[in-house]
Amino acid sequence: MSSSRSAVALDPGRPVVEQLRERMAAMERKPAAQPVPTLPGLVDLVPLHAGSTYAVDSASLALALAAGASRAGEWVGFAGCPDFGVEAAAELGIELSRTVLVPDPGEHWLEVTAALVDVLRVVVLRPPASVDERTAGVLDSRLRTRSAVLVVHGDWPRVEARVSVEQSTWSGPGSGTGRLLERRARVVVRRGARPPQRADLTWPGAQRVDRPLAEIRAASG
Amino acid sequence: MVVWCPDWSVVAALDEADRSPRAAAAVLSANAVEVCNGPAWSEGVRRGQRRRDAQARCPELLLLPANPDRDARAFEPVLATVEDLRPGVAALRPGLLAVRAPGSWYGTEPAAAATVCQALVEVGVWDVRVGIADDLFTAEQAARTADVQAWTVVPEGGSASFLSGLPVHVLQDDGPRGRELVSLLQRLGLRTLGDLADLPGEAVEHRLGAYGAAVRRRARGEDTALFAARTPPPELDADAVFEPPLDSVEAITFSVRTTAERFVAQLAHHQLVATGVRVEAESEGVVCSSRTWLHPRHFGARDLVDRVHWQLQGADVGGSLRGRKASGEVRAPIDRIRFVPEVVEPAAAHGEALWGSASDDLVERGVARVQGMVGFEAVLRPALQGGRTPSARQSLVPWGERAVDLRPVDRPWPGRVPGPAPVRVFATPPVAEVVDDAGREVCVTDRGVVSGVPRRFRVGDGMLPWQPVTAWAGPWPTDEGWWSGGTGPSARFQVVGADGRAWLLVRAPEGWSLEAGYD
Repeated sequence: MSSSRSAVALDPGRPVVEQLRERMAAMERKPAAQPVPTLPGLVDLVPLHAGSTYAVDSASLALALAAGASRAGEWVGFAGCPDFGVEAAAELGIELSRTVLVPDPGEHWLEVTAALVDVLRVVVLRPPASVDERTAGVLDSRLRTRSAVLVVHGDWPRVEARVSVEQSTWSGPGSGTGRLLERRARVVVRRGARPPQRADLTWPGAQRVDRPLAEIRAASG
Repeated sequence: MVVWCPDWSVVAALDEADRSPRAAAAVLSANAVEVCNGPAWSEGVRRGQRRRDAQARCPELLLLPANPDRDARAFEPVLATVEDLRPGVAALRPGLLAVRAPGSWYGTEPAAAATVCQALVEVGVWDVRVGIADDLFTAEQAARTADVQAWTVVPEGGSASFLSGLPVHVLQDDGPRGRELVSLLQRLGLRTLGDLADLPGEAVEHRLGAYGAAVRRRARGEDTALFAARTPPPELDADAVFEPPLDSVEAITFSVRTTAERFVAQLAHHQLVATGVRVEAESEGVVCSSRTWLHPRHFGARDLVDRVHWQLQGADVGGSLRGRKASGEVRAPIDRIRFVPEVVEPAAAHGEALWGSASDDLVERGVARVQGMVGFEAVLRPALQGGRTPSARQSLVPWGERAVDLRPVDRPWPGRVPGPAPVRVFATPPVAEVVDDAGREVCVTDRGVVSGVPRRFRVGDGMLPWQPVTAWAGPWPTDEGWWSGGTGPSARFQVVGADGRAWLLVRAPEGWSLEAGYD
């Protein structure tokens, strides 16, 4: 959390000059690469960087990516998600008083997203239509100047990383018995041409499971 | 002079409920009758009766909840009316006020009482009784002996002789302490206040304590307790008059800015901030748009201007999408905008942090811009509340409003689905189908028995094609609101599909639907 860039006060735990340089860099519109707080389970898998776009294919991943920043005191927003699960968000640590929802932006979704990017740190967007390269470019430049993060639930032309759930199992329910207890999901992160990176996460909480343990279980099960 | 409006809480409650003041009604508190009005009294309803007993005596009895705030609020116009005639009014309690008798101005005391009665009847308070005496207690008792819209005047120095004839149970209105004393005095054989007044003061104090001694002093007319007159509340409304009337939202919001600033400054002068404001727009002297806005923190001038904009625009344009160009003309030219503070709180409770909250202000402004694009109600703030279904457990409040009437979260809510909360909660649940081995639809009986093992399911509109059920749990049956024609018994199932995603399906009387997803 000490690496988070606060818009208001300087962090007393770090050299002042360094922090001021960061601010200057942001003002000079250099490619901003300041890290944005991420959940501990995701931080070495998908570290969020200000000014980038990330694509996800599941609502729980979108929530998990936004939760880190919200826990660290940043504002987050959700555009085009009419089925936002408030209780699940609160369980994951999203601070509801610093959350903005625009469930149905309609045809103005691009303007709404741009306006949200101006003031919020993480914006989750479910685009209603397919997006072309030019539209994405408009938002990209806005993201960089405002050092915000865009998490797209759906398709997006150019993204920093594409996070998807490859395989998921629920423990708990049998055949008419038990209840949902825990979800274990294999998450794949694809970045450009680099080989995909895989990791196991559990829900609720989006915590990281050590890989060897999961493989042992898979082998024995 | 004491002005008494009998059964004020019933009068106020009937007025709020828009019922005829002649209906038999009672105000209940803790399931017992607290106050009942004349018609109910004549049917045999008494104070302290239990709800069932009261209803048995008088089946058409209107039962109203007790609400001291409402009583006080409704009494405010009465105070203001009397204040117009003679300043220095003290509200003893809702329904009872004291004021120095408007001496020689109205000629005699009965003339003054008649003037007060007439003024109150003109504002719609029918049952009003006036008592005039040297001291407060005597005047109150005198008012209680008066008839409707009449008065009793106790001559100067005549308090003791007036009170001596009254039975001791008039002390019952003093609360539990008074009722206890009445019971004791009756057992001691003291029937009237005069009997008590005749006893030696020291003996009364020994036997009945300080309260008894005070009552004896009052009964002798020696109590000279004065009342503290209230200061009339300051006028905090602000209005902007347009001459000639304006017919474009933009022009109105531009012109209303200085009034909004004056309104906020005026409140700040009294060390107050408004958290709820009613905005009224008048057209040719008629209020054509009125709406109460609540603010999660408190209103600044800019917030007020935004509210005016949304209110006038919202009244005009229907759809949820408003382009910037669509903010056109209002339906009728507006000649007056009025801000009425509905909820004000001390400014100290809303002070900003020492280092300010600059980034929050920035967010507020940015969100207000989004509201300008898609409409006020399209930007929401999530909140948690109690309930059984996932959609009932959350509440989405328009940004800039305060969440009100949320159900408490910390109750058990029996019948709610256990396990992690679903990530996707569908506002309008899509229709689903769940079948067993033989392809028959799975049903749940009234006793919660599942007719067959769910094998395959699909969700309508091509959202999820047919897929096998790999695991399922449930049912969690609920039957909500059956006492008021609810939705009927329904049962919820957690179903895991072939791709490892879990869904919350609900079987209602009209069929299956997909309520939430653990995507």
